[in-house]
Amino acid sequence: MNNDDHPLKKLMENHWLLLVLGVVIPTLSYTVWGWIELANATQSTLP
Amino acid sequence: MPTGNHGANEMRSCETTGLPVCLNAQQFIKLNAVCAVVFLLIGAIAAILLALTRWPAVHLLSAEWYYRTLTIHGLNMLIFWILFFEIAVLYFACTTLLNSKLASKGLAWASWLLMLIGAITVDVFILRGKSDVLLTSYVPLKAEPGFYLGIILVAVGALLGVINFFCTIYIAKRDKTYEGSMPMVVYGATAAAIIAVVTLLHGAVTMIPTFVWSINPEWIALDPAWYRITWWGLGHQSQQVNVCAMVSIWYFLSSVTVGGRPINQAVCRGAFVLYILFINLASAHHILVDPGVGSGWKIWNTSYAMYLAVLASMIHGFTVPASVEVAQRYNGYKDGLFGWLFNAPWRNPGFSGFFLSLVIFGFGGGITGVVLGTQQINIMAHNTLRIPGHFHVTVVGGTTLAFMALTYYVVPMIFQKEFYCKALCRIQPWLFGGGITVFAIGMSFAGSYGVPRRHWDVDMGGSTLFTGFGSGAHVWLGIMGVGGVIAFIGLLLFILLVVSAVFFGKSNAGGPMTPWHGDTAIVAPIPHDAPHETPGTMILVMVLLVSFVVYYFANWKWLSDVWHVR
Repeated sequence: MNNDDHPLKKLMENHWLLLVLGVVIPTLSYTVWGWIELANATQSTLP
Repeated sequence: MPTGNHGANEMRSCETTGLPVCLNAQQFIKLNAVCAVVFLLIGAIAAILLALTRWPAVHLLSAEWYYRTLTIHGLNMLIFWILFFEIAVLYFACTTLLNSKLASKGLAWASWLLMLIGAITVDVFILRGKSDVLLTSYVPLKAEPGFYLGIILVAVGALLGVINFFCTIYIAKRDKTYEGSMPMVVYGATAAAIIAVVTLLHGAVTMIPTFVWSINPEWIALDPAWYRITWWGLGHQSQQVNVCAMVSIWYFLSSVTVGGRPINQAVCRGAFVLYILFINLASAHHILVDPGVGSGWKIWNTSYAMYLAVLASMIHGFTVPASVEVAQRYNGYKDGLFGWLFNAPWRNPGFSGFFLSLVIFGFGGGITGVVLGTQQINIMAHNTLRIPGHFHVTVVGGTTLAFMALTYYVVPMIFQKEFYCKALCRIQPWLFGGGITVFAIGMSFAGSYGVPRRHWDVDMGGSTLFTGFGSGAHVWLGIMGVGGVIAFIGLLLFILLVVSAVFFGKSNAGGPMTPWHGDTAIVAPIPHDAPHETPGTMILVMVLLVSFVVYYFANWKWLSDVWHVR
């Protein structure tokens, strides 16, 4: 396979795909998951 | 030289490098760079006041002015100075290095004006005395609405600058102004721009509702835990923009000062991709002691996934000095393991600033960052001075020093002005880099005694129960103060040198800049097939890894000492 056809090379050269992935991955892994954790936190009770 | 997609009279040829300079981009590089230095000065004045307050023997400011000054310092240093400079770097990378015109002059004006108006607004509202909420402005701390509005304007302005960057790389690709892949420096700048997008989106999601809440808290309810998670999507990720920009500048300065080339394009670009995909997860470091999120979220975001970004930093930590070693050995400096390093152009502030930035960031920032980001260890260090000790060697000793080093080329090549007092230019990176390193060491060790960050009075005057910290902590705080004074002198010197050059320096228009070392200002790049011999870099990397292992396990040992398991 020609180097230019390698999937990793194609990924690295596709700035627009990297832009989408660069926004989506941290937003889902850090932000949205964090919000879900907060939404599911139960109210603490007094000891 | 091919004229790319430039119109008539829209470009000039750089007399030093032969590269095309888009005149529109040059104008905005200048405007953004000048603003960057002005806000750096404001932040620096705040910095010395803070250092002289946290030094207990001096304890300069009142409590009220301490928190006000800390707010000014954080915003001007971490946001305004850095963002203005980064927009200048983005415009340079997407035009000169891609042989393209800037996509939109109107967008560049809008970006610069919004950022400037926003930054001035923020500073004015802080100085009015009702917005002492620090950089993080954690709710329910409440500032005046103008404070949040100013930050929103800065963020929107920066986003317009980033959009202009993306539009420019689009038209450069469309007009085929360059062949093959982008140059490495532009690739790194693109990574920085992508991270900036997600950063600024988080800024909007956080700041717009907070602005509304500051007008009338009854209009919207803000949960402090939600705010903290979302705000750090802005606060920490903005520092990852710095990392990408800084690494790109390292590659650029390696090239112009010693003729270095990235030793493996695919690996270096792959490291930038790892940054794009994973480095932003590191924001979770700030939430490690928050009770609202579980260990799964914390460990995934700070460890398993984020370590892929650490891998990227370790790749750059090898390839950047290796590019210097390969170039130096090719140019004849082959003696022993470190002949290439001893014979490096240390008299060139562009090189010394770059290499010091690399060492300070790698050894100081990299090692402490990974250790402090470990969930169990973090519980000892959270909210102590160890945290600012870490980020003063990453953002200041790393990013700011790299930006300073680049400025020694930006002023002669873009402003076309020569520096005065070359001898002072040569010592400035050492003074600043040395000072900030001593400062951060003092901070980190004082933090190891438990000295809290963001606290006006280390002796807790007036407290009934607290007995204060021991003499050891005071010694380290004194060392921190001395380091802060040295770093401030180095920073002030930088500003004086830059201002004197830009406004009163001798013009070099029509000819190349005066070389910092050797016969030519820009060292010719070595051939692609130069032998890749890097034994000295391998030794340096091993020293780094051993230092990391020792520091990491010393912290675990320390944790076992304070956390008795019975």
